[in-house]
Amino acid sequence: MTVGIPDEPGAAPDGDVLVRVKGLKKYFPVQSTSALRRSHEHVHAVDGVDLEVFRGETLGLVGETGCGKSTLARCIARLLDLSDGEVDFDGRDITNLSARQMRPLRREMQMIFQDPYGSLNPRRRVGSIIGDPFALHGIADGAERKRRVQEVMELVGLKPEHFNRFPAEFSGGQRQRIGVARALALRPKLIICDEPVSALDVSIQAQIINLLADLQSEFNLTYIFIAHDLSVVRHVSNRVAVMYLGKIVELAPVEDVYQVPRHPYSNALLSAVPMPDPNQKVGSHQIILSGDVPSPINPPSGCRFHPRCPKAQAKCSVDDPPLIPVLSDPPEHITACHFPVETGEVMESRPGVIASEGAQAT
Amino acid sequence: MSPGDSVAIEDVEVASGTPPPEGAAASIIEGRSPWRLAYERLRRDRASLIALGVVVVIILVAIFAPVIAALTGHGVYEQFRSTGLTPEGLPVGPNGQFLLGTDDQGRDILVRIAYGARISLIVGVVATGAEVVLGTLLGLAAGYFGKVVDTIIARIIDIVLSIPFLLFAISLVSISHPSLTIVIVVIAVFGWAAVARVVRGQVLSLREKEYIEAARALGAGPWRIMFIDILPNIVAPIIVYATLLIPVTIVIEASLSFLGVGVPPPTADWGTMISGAQLLYQQAWWYLLFPSLALLITTVAFNIFGDGLRDALDPRAEQLYE
Repeated sequence: MTVGIPDEPGAAPDGDVLVRVKGLKKYFPVQSTSALRRSHEHVHAVDGVDLEVFRGETLGLVGETGCGKSTLARCIARLLDLSDGEVDFDGRDITNLSARQMRPLRREMQMIFQDPYGSLNPRRRVGSIIGDPFALHGIADGAERKRRVQEVMELVGLKPEHFNRFPAEFSGGQRQRIGVARALALRPKLIICDEPVSALDVSIQAQIINLLADLQSEFNLTYIFIAHDLSVVRHVSNRVAVMYLGKIVELAPVEDVYQVPRHPYSNALLSAVPMPDPNQKVGSHQIILSGDVPSPINPPSGCRFHPRCPKAQAKCSVDDPPLIPVLSDPPEHITACHFPVETGEVMESRPGVIASEGAQAT
Repeated sequence: MSPGDSVAIEDVEVASGTPPPEGAAASIIEGRSPWRLAYERLRRDRASLIALGVVVVIILVAIFAPVIAALTGHGVYEQFRSTGLTPEGLPVGPNGQFLLGTDDQGRDILVRIAYGARISLIVGVVATGAEVVLGTLLGLAAGYFGKVVDTIIARIIDIVLSIPFLLFAISLVSISHPSLTIVIVVIAVFGWAAVARVVRGQVLSLREKEYIEAARALGAGPWRIMFIDILPNIVAPIIVYATLLIPVTIVIEASLSFLGVGVPPPTADWGTMISGAQLLYQQAWWYLLFPSLALLITTVAFNIFGDGLRDALDPRAEQLYE
């Protein structure tokens, strides 16, 4: 993709924390089908996450489906109640605010959703959808609202004349622009992008990513960018957090994660990225993990990755490794692993599992 | 392939592929609302249009019942003992003076059917309206709030639906004095549950949509989400359901009147008329036939129109069920 990187890694964060998450846990009770509640099991969707998001940066959140990325994002936006832990936004503890108390804060914290079809009400005109933020927060009425809606539409590359159209009359990319316009309308400080491009064609993805980057530099936005497409994340993020089964296993500036991934899971995840140029990374292995992701109802003891980890040893099934700088890493590169992968180390797949070589990777 | 063929193909492509030039551009920007699209689909459905026409005629008959009475010169309660009854005291068949014959009291059946349409439509519309409003509100609340609210409302729905309606209605109406109001109240009290169940189901699935989450993320409260984000999406099925509920309600009212616990005589009512004709139909077929036909035509017209409305408002349902 030929898209400009919003800010060079390391340059943007000025140490000013916008969001601080401490020990965040979110458990969902497992619905039992019987009317007599016999089940007391819980899905450990997010299980103890500490995280800081700096003002003006883009924090990428990656991990496979079901690892708790979206749940974490919804807890930060307080669309879900936390089971445990704390969320601070802009220096204010918002952990226990009621929906009503959250309302004024919604101006400063917005979301862009994954599905450009499901996230727009099919029965409402675009002008009214984008006008919602103004209406809900009593900011503008009538002609003034229309003017501001059209201004935002223009900003995100929509034709202001399309004010009266319905979502069904737009393409997927245009619809996502409507979603961006709605999120941007009130000039929030934080925008949580929940896989904003994964439902779009690749060419359209680039447009939306460019748009997000432009808007970030224009309005000094902070993004939490969730994705499972690692090349997209690499492109947009300043820092990247890798999640596995409800926990962050590695968190570092973007190039550190991609150049010297320390956690075996990060290594496996990155080795699955198809390389457009086979000569670029001669000799790189695709690490094939054995088995499936364990059930988040009964997550493994110790390090959650140990049942699938090629480097796992006895200690891993007992001790949950802390998220700290390992080996000779700088303090901003933290990894939760007892046996981190050394720079240049070739990680082998587990015995009995066939590792495919280099360019064959799909 | 001859050259002529390719020319023909080109013509077709040009005809179907060219967007309407200029002028049309302005109208395209004014989006075509789902209502507009539904209206356009309905307009192409001949059966529904005919049914709608019949419904309109019935409504006009009800409204202009006094005019019909004036034209025939026969009041709705007026008994024509000399001309309207045979010397033996039996009803007279259709003739020049009484187009649809008379009943056992010597009253004009045509005029009474026209007035009966008023009762049927009032009950059909008012009772259905009450059912729909009540059912929609409770269904919305149950589906959106969930948890305790849903449990309570869902149980009430189950209870109401499990009560044998007719038996209960008969005993309820016979305790109090039969009247139009009582009939409407009884029908509404028993009818809302079915609507609530439909609405609740719809809300349960809509609640999980991303645009509802988006509304919450924008700071919308529960009332706004229910009435601005969810309700417009279920109005179409509610309208369809209501249209199909009207004939059901009309039949229930006629049944209650037929059983003598509906609208009390001497009010002109189709159910009462059919009931009165029971003893005489061998001598006076018109007495039974015409009120029954009125009831039949009304319910069939509403049902066909309701079906057409459903196809127009929800084209996907058609694909699912056919």
